[in-house]
Amino acid sequence: MTDVYIVGVDMIKFGRFPDRTVPQIGAEAALLALDDCGLTIQDMQALYCGNLGQASGMVGQRLLQEIGQTGMPVVNVANACATGATAFREAWTAIKAGLYDLTLAVGVEQMGKGLLGGGGGAKGISKEGLLGSGTMPAVFAEAGMEHANKYGTTFEQFAKVSVKNHHHSTLNPKAMYQIETPLETVMNAEMISYPNTKLMCSVNVDGSAAAVLASESKVRELGLMDRAVKVRASVLSSDPWQARDLVMPDVNSCTRLAAKAAYEMAGLGAQDIDLVELHDCFATAEILHYENLGLCGDGEAGRLIDDGDVALGGKIPVNVSGGLLSKGHPLGATGIANIYEVSTHLRGEAGKRQVEGATIGMTHVIGLGSACAIHILEKAS
Amino acid sequence: MSAAPLPVVPYLKIPAAGDPYLEGHQCSSCNTIFLGERQVCSKCAARDQMETIKLAQTGTLYSYSIVFRSFPGIDVPYISAIVDLDDGTTIKGNLINVEPDPEQIQFGMPVEVVFDDALGRKDNDGNSYLAYFFQPKS
Repeated sequence: MTDVYIVGVDMIKFGRFPDRTVPQIGAEAALLALDDCGLTIQDMQALYCGNLGQASGMVGQRLLQEIGQTGMPVVNVANACATGATAFREAWTAIKAGLYDLTLAVGVEQMGKGLLGGGGGAKGISKEGLLGSGTMPAVFAEAGMEHANKYGTTFEQFAKVSVKNHHHSTLNPKAMYQIETPLETVMNAEMISYPNTKLMCSVNVDGSAAAVLASESKVRELGLMDRAVKVRASVLSSDPWQARDLVMPDVNSCTRLAAKAAYEMAGLGAQDIDLVELHDCFATAEILHYENLGLCGDGEAGRLIDDGDVALGGKIPVNVSGGLLSKGHPLGATGIANIYEVSTHLRGEAGKRQVEGATIGMTHVIGLGSACAIHILEKAS
Repeated sequence: MSAAPLPVVPYLKIPAAGDPYLEGHQCSSCNTIFLGERQVCSKCAARDQMETIKLAQTGTLYSYSIVFRSFPGIDVPYISAIVDLDDGTTIKGNLINVEPDPEQIQFGMPVEVVFDDALGRKDNDGNSYLAYFFQPKS
């Protein structure tokens, strides 16, 4: 099977665009990604389009109505917060299978404001605040407090994740926010669901990101190897059965399953990874994934954040883009925006936030329910 | 409209005589306990091996969050709790009769399941509901 490369990749600056349509927002990223490699929509053989909010609305086809209706096959993808990464993986799979040499993956989302999740079914009465909480801040707070129960992780350690990622985002012009948030600011912000304060919850924003993928022979034919990024591993998992599944959506075991498979596919280990963009939908979640991805041993995540190992300049920088916490989290776009960030570092084009000498990076997203997608990317040689 | 309260979830059982209880469905092949009726075990995939059991009335606090912001109309703060029952089942609900303060909440604290009116909530037909809660074990 051919190796698959990213030849074009980009994202729009995340923000709030209530006056634009979802296809328009997605089309902008698609054009940016095409321009990044000097190709056109006519060169693309298939489109994989990730979006959640209009999952039944044929967003991919409407996107082509904005930028060029070539008649190519379009697959619309929805997989919770793993939507964008799943669309990317479908574009990768099609080239791996030998069906196409050039595919386009787009992730796009237009978000409302406010809490996600909860609500319960239509029958009977609302269970929210009666049988616990189904809001996302509470669900991920409970996942973090499970870690606190096992290892004594503190509110302050969770809060430090937000301090770090907000600091990183001051170096990223495409992040929603570029604002320093010291520890006391994070800890004293409005408490949403203990231990997650408002500044420890990801930002609901609109956004899009896109990638052009190519087979190895096509990359060489087009002379695009210089800036190409090789996909060393692409893995998708669902949640294997766990004892507390019925009441605690499990973000851990599907990540561990996917990470193990990704390291095997790439033939390397966590020690070979130079930077990670992982799914910090809440500050509590980032702590869990240090261990889930093997960046440290079980129970060591608190020390990792305390020691600054995961900050820019540390041993294994995590979420130097600012992460979902400050760059923003347009659900369907997030998975490809992560891939854009890591690719940009591997190309040495990340400016002030550049992870020096980065050659291999990892992206990770979790869709609650659950889906986990992990990609390992390498600078083409 | 029903004169008697309805169960808030299908696995809360209100017998004609005797006290309410929570019902589990246990796979007789791998012994895993589930909430709610099902035909196939999602752990071992055995079919038609489910037997109904009464769930334990006591357990320990495994995890929690104190919810300060919820949807409009929901009273806050409250404690959303994950409880491991003594039979190995895990259920989620409100922890009551404890201050919503991390200093007052200990992992592993013994709790018991109690049944009470569903905070006055009624459905569109005016039916009232019986819910379950956790409280510190007395």
